Amino acid sequence: MIIARILGTVVATQKDERLSGKKLLIVRPINVDGSDTTGYVVAVDTVGAGFHERVLVVAGSSARLAQGMKDVPVDAAIVGVIDTVDVG
Amino acid sequence: MQLARVVGTVVSTVKNESLHGRKLLIVQTVDKDLQPSGKPMVAVDAVGAGVGELVFWCRGKEASFPFKREDTPTDCTIVGIIDSEQHVTR
Repeated sequence: MIIARILGTVVATQKDERLSGKKLLIVRPINVDGSDTTGYVVAVDTVGAGFHERVLVVAGSSARLAQGMKDVPVDAAIVGVIDTVDVG
Repeated sequence: MQLARVVGTVVSTVKNESLHGRKLLIVQTVDKDLQPSGKPMVAVDAVGAGVGELVFWCRGKEASFPFKREDTPTDCTIVGIIDSEQHVTR
């Protein structure tokens, strides 16, 4: 899993019906110290995350194992809102 | 599977229900000389690893297999603890 920050939202009216009702967010992967990296990912939100929060993003087919994502065509899902990151 | 060093922990209160009760650790992948290589990842712990330990982790869908009975959304899982650095022969 990677740590990412939420940059924005995506609105899509015409989409696979299994994606109906799912919130799509744009996230940017960040380093453990909180600094930004490059690039972005569109991820489905499963936890109710909000703008600028640090979140956990699971990628690949494992994203479908999140609760509520069964048989949904996604390869990136937000599965947690991060409280703290402690690197010793 | 990759060798890695556990370098930290992540706390998340609001998370997908299928991750409840799972321990999240930050792993830094290491090369054959046990030097850091690449970016740290957040891993789910399946074996009871702790900070500072040398472990190996599994990527992809197979990462959810240790928790087979309940589907767990993870693409990076710690699946073994290496006994000591001397046990990595090269």
